[in-house]
Amino acid sequence: MAAQDTIRFVPERCDGCGDCMKACSKAKGSASRISVVAGVGQGWEMALCRQCGDPKCVANCPAGALDKHGGTGIVGWSAELCVDCHLCTLGCAYGGIAFDPTAGHVQKCDMCDGAPACVLACGKGALQHLSAAARLHETHADKEDMFVPGLSACQGCNSELLIRHTMRRIGRESIVAAPPGCIPGMGTVGYNGQTGSKVPIFHPLLTNTAAMLGGIKRQYERKGQDVTVVALAGDGGAVDVGFQSLSGAAERGERVLFICVDNEGYMNTGMQASGSTTFGSWTSTTPVGEIGRGKSTDGKYLPQLMMGHGCAYVATASTAFLDDYHAKLEKALAASRAGFAYLHVHAPCPTGWRFPAAMTTEVCRRQVESNFVTLWEFTPADGLRFTRGVERPRPVADYVRMIGKYKHLAPADLERIQASVDRRVETLQGFRRRPAAE
Amino acid sequence: MTDAHAKYLIVGASHAGREALAAIRMHDPEGRLVMLSREKHLPYSPTILPYVVSGRSAPDHIALAKAEWFADNRAELVLGARVVEVDPTARAVRLADGGRWTYDRLLLATGAEPAVPRVEGLERGGYHVLRTLDDALAVRTHAASARRAVVLGAGLVGLHAAETLAEAGLDVTVVEMRPHVLAEYFDARAAALIGETFERHGVRMLMGRRLERAAGSEPCRLGLDDGTELEADLLLVVAGVRPATDLLAGSPVATDKGILVDQRMRTNVEGIWAAGDVAQANGFLSGRPIINGTLPEAVEQGRIAGMDMAGDADLVPYGGGIALNTYGFFGRHAVAVGAAATAEGDGAEVHTTEGNGYCRIVLKDDRLIGLAAIDRVVDAGILWRLIQRRTDLTPVRDRFLSHPLETARALMSQGWR
Repeated sequence: MAAQDTIRFVPERCDGCGDCMKACSKAKGSASRISVVAGVGQGWEMALCRQCGDPKCVANCPAGALDKHGGTGIVGWSAELCVDCHLCTLGCAYGGIAFDPTAGHVQKCDMCDGAPACVLACGKGALQHLSAAARLHETHADKEDMFVPGLSACQGCNSELLIRHTMRRIGRESIVAAPPGCIPGMGTVGYNGQTGSKVPIFHPLLTNTAAMLGGIKRQYERKGQDVTVVALAGDGGAVDVGFQSLSGAAERGERVLFICVDNEGYMNTGMQASGSTTFGSWTSTTPVGEIGRGKSTDGKYLPQLMMGHGCAYVATASTAFLDDYHAKLEKALAASRAGFAYLHVHAPCPTGWRFPAAMTTEVCRRQVESNFVTLWEFTPADGLRFTRGVERPRPVADYVRMIGKYKHLAPADLERIQASVDRRVETLQGFRRRPAAE
Repeated sequence: MTDAHAKYLIVGASHAGREALAAIRMHDPEGRLVMLSREKHLPYSPTILPYVVSGRSAPDHIALAKAEWFADNRAELVLGARVVEVDPTARAVRLADGGRWTYDRLLLATGAEPAVPRVEGLERGGYHVLRTLDDALAVRTHAASARRAVVLGAGLVGLHAAETLAEAGLDVTVVEMRPHVLAEYFDARAAALIGETFERHGVRMLMGRRLERAAGSEPCRLGLDDGTELEADLLLVVAGVRPATDLLAGSPVATDKGILVDQRMRTNVEGIWAAGDVAQANGFLSGRPIINGTLPEAVEQGRIAGMDMAGDADLVPYGGGIALNTYGFFGRHAVAVGAAATAEGDGAEVHTTEGNGYCRIVLKDDRLIGLAAIDRVVDAGILWRLIQRRTDLTPVRDRFLSHPLETARALMSQGWR
């Protein structure tokens, strides 16, 4: 479920000036849809449509004139279908939809197309418009960006977004390992003798990242210093070449946070296939021609293997669901104090996968909506828990069709991909800890 | 002849059925879910019908749920399927066309049917009723050629229809045996304000009269108990409804006025639930089982039934129905929540204000038990919850009596924050 916008009321800051109501009334040319009233005894209270998740006003409408929009979450009203029965007002516990005698029909807040007039008019900070982005901004904007401006990631790459978010949260008391891959390639480890990061960052071999980080962490522990050690690795440095040391460190329970940013191949060196490259993908080493039809085997699914290591925490994430990622990052950081924490974040690559740079977030979303990517977390005690339902996926073809590296695929290939997606979901479902009653 | 099986079988396709369907799917995305409708049209609300008569709502734009909605919810809608018998032993229902469905869990949400009073000479074919879309279309067609209309019954549907016919230019007479309009919701003063508005718009209001004789059609000659004689080109009988329980004849499902249900909308027979206008569930204020025949109660009951059928642990049992309705007429608007017509005394205090619209507030032990308002904006949904939660209004009593809208909003905002 995508996070949706909301208007927050902070009663301590409200002085009852009524500017919000005047602004609403002016913007809408009718009675104000937000209502600030004197509180009981003291202070001020507010009535406004809450854009409910399961709106009673909609259920009460005999005319189909009210509808909850699946994307924006806004409960919309249709003047054409409304019959002025006002039964919707019986459903609302918030005073959020009311009859407006001047307009001659019911009125409700429509969030002013994303820029609510009431919020703009409030000079006291008593009303706040919180979008998903605004919520993230509120939490993270004041934190220091740990990378220099102007990293040279390809246009549309979500890895830069991801590492900036991650290191803002982790902060200065940290050491970063960036093994060969796109992340050091975009300049995080530096150019011309200058570093690209404000925290110590080093460039281990593809093969020894987790081992080096484990050792560094132990040395700091020995000196009594609490430092977060983080790997920002690609799939090559985790799934393929880096796997042996990763597996060993996980097995030993090194207190490391290992983040694999998975773009399903060696994308910065010329788009060669990796163990993570999925079936049917075109890469420069799995070409498409008279004989070749892209990669002929399925990708290796590392997150599942990491569960098998009994890591303190394992989770998958997508940058289309940043709220979900941040929640998992918090848990992973906490878990990395006691043992090995592994985050697997999917990074569709516009350059190597051949899709328009502006579509990355949409591609990420489609991956998740089709179950091509599933969002879950795992701890040894609680087993696997999906953080987004997998019950009603879109057909995987909806995702595959967006991506150039799959454009040669025949219907039979699509069927095979769909079958392996379905099989993986089933397998993952088996890792859930079932309640005793079930 | 079909013989098919559903894990969840819902009989009836209006608000209670639709809400139950959605509630089931919230909890069980897989189990086969089938809705049987006796209609040939997509599901619609009986509440919309007066607006179909008036032409405000187009018949093809009134669906409560379209084919895509059923597909999205992985539910099957079977139209033209009238259930005539329920056999709990075989867990089966039989259809009028001979078809048969078996079920694991059955919801009866068959709604209500017009109750036509027994009157000498009043025979099928000689009058209209208004409960289905086909009824509405028939009234609409007939109204185009009729000059004089008589509406028997001054409940919500009757008044809606009378207004519509008057606006269409017919001479309209409303006959009601109770002393005033909307007697189930409004006190005499509020009812008089509503009734006067109809008279100002040329509708003849004959209250406290009973129809004794009818003869012929087009025109139909009507004789009332006080000797009044009327002629009607169009006679509309909207004198109330009764729960549609015919399909339970001979079955062990317990009925009184409607199908008796508990707080989870379960009937006395395992595997059978009932909700909406057909169900008889607890009344909040009376504590006795009554027909809570309003749209919001159908929604509430449907939701509870669906949750219980699917085994949803988050179910909150039915707290009891509260009478409530909203009503728009000739550009004015009226609201009644709870026992708004309660007379003063026996612990009930009545506070009436007129001026900035009419408002009648009924308190008992400083708790709200009913409120009626005409041309005055109140949040009926909040008032409903103040009644349901038995909110103590002592600290805000005077303010509530003078400013019910703002005070109720303040209470609610404080409560949910």
